[in-house]
Amino acid sequence: MKYMLLIYSGSAEAPDPCTFEDWVAYDKEATEAGIVVSGHSLADLTTATTVRVDATGERAVTDGPFAETREVLGGYYVIDVPNLDVALDWAARCPGSRGNGAVEVRPVAEF
Amino acid sequence: MTDERAAGTHGSVEAVFREERGRLLAALVHRFGDLDLAEDVASEAIEAALRHWPADGVPARPGAWLLTTARRRAVDRLRRDQAYAARLALLAAEAERAGPAAPADTDGGLPDERLRLFFTCAHPALPAADRGALTLRYLAGLTTPEVARAYLVPTATMAQRLVRAKKKIREARIPFRVPDPHELPGRLPGVLQAVYSIFTEGYAASSGPHLQRLDLAEEAIRLARILRRLLPAEREVAGLLGLMLLVHARRDARTGPGGELVLLDAQDRTRWDRDMIAEGQALVLTALTGGPPGPYGVQAAIAALHDEAADEASTDWPQVVALYDVLLVLSPSPVVALNRAAAVAMRDGPEAGLALLDDLAGEPQLRGHHPYPAARADLLRRLGRRAEAAVAYREALDLAGTEPEREHLRRRLAAVEADTA
Repeated sequence: MKYMLLIYSGSAEAPDPCTFEDWVAYDKEATEAGIVVSGHSLADLTTATTVRVDATGERAVTDGPFAETREVLGGYYVIDVPNLDVALDWAARCPGSRGNGAVEVRPVAEF
Repeated sequence: MTDERAAGTHGSVEAVFREERGRLLAALVHRFGDLDLAEDVASEAIEAALRHWPADGVPARPGAWLLTTARRRAVDRLRRDQAYAARLALLAAEAERAGPAAPADTDGGLPDERLRLFFTCAHPALPAADRGALTLRYLAGLTTPEVARAYLVPTATMAQRLVRAKKKIREARIPFRVPDPHELPGRLPGVLQAVYSIFTEGYAASSGPHLQRLDLAEEAIRLARILRRLLPAEREVAGLLGLMLLVHARRDARTGPGGELVLLDAQDRTRWDRDMIAEGQALVLTALTGGPPGPYGVQAAIAALHDEAADEASTDWPQVVALYDVLLVLSPSPVVALNRAAAVAMRDGPEAGLALLDDLAGEPQLRGHHPYPAARADLLRRLGRRAEAAVAYREALDLAGTEPEREHLRRRLAAVEADTA
């Protein structure tokens, strides 16, 4: 069963309690456990661009993220594990869940 | 609820097999990994039993009969629906990956897998408000209309909540498993809370014409007894069962002949259930021996002190306050602080209690919580500050949920107003 771990960082002002080494260690652990399907960290929110296409096919491109949110999506993993409990364990171990951060766990839809 | 349950044939099927139903369902969920399928075939097996047993006699191992019948139905169904079967095969394979099954006790021919189901129903990924409902539906074996009545919501609303919760269990794949020993301290409180929420809903119904709904309190006790058998080494389970028994022992004295609320200080203690108190006391001992106490054990010990006292005046209030001090450390909350303040008022006088209550003013958790203004009102009344007491009684009246509680507050209000006049 695949789950996406959406890693949100808290407000930009709050200090990030995790070091780069924490992330490297987590990534290594998850990769060695053989559960990682894919994962990336995203570039700074100031680089985000949003695209909308209206009913006439007109494209609207705007600077910034789709919605003003206090929490910023900073990266993701897709992992393949047996059930939600295991997914929640990996989410809890993720450095992104600490401090003001949060990890949202979403099952990947199966069709 | 018993009368209502006996009303229809289907109702009586449920009543006869309620104990078996939980076990059967849990065994089927464990076997097939799917709550919907398990529910359907469990009901079919029970209905088959009701058709066959009166004519053919009850089989030697009724549990095994039910399980075999239900399994056969499930296999038939899976044969008809290959896509479904493929999905379940995948589930089974992944369940294997997740770890071996716990050794099952096979009392009566039915393995007892209920502990898994307890943990699934009270899973932290489910809405807290639905965990008690799921536990009532799948472990206590109540029907959906019965669960709806328990929470005083329309059947359609409850059905929708259960469907939504089941969908999350299925689609997010919340597992049917007992957490590992290292996870247990984090997960057991959720299960205990689900059971206790059923009890508190029964003991002090949050709204409605009746103060107590004893059937619900008894369901909660029954569930805690099952948990106690399944987790004999967990002292907080003993604490929870003890707490509920020690409180439930006072049920007959808690309402007067007209259904009116009778508070602890005015209860006829000869009407308390002595056997139930004795059982509760023994559980308190278990809960508080052999390690640091947990919040249910401490609450049970407080309930035991009340149950042991001949009257309010001879209650060991210093000990009650000391236990509330422990409880405040274990599970700090303004509600616990409120109860502690009431105990301090008994130990040191209403003035001391009132000072503590006033310190709690403005606590968000106490806003809209009628016991807070009601406790203030009682202490103000005892201090002879009748006008202020009347204001506080009115405030409590605006918030109180059940009619007997409101009636009690109206009587108190009338009394202080008469004295003022």
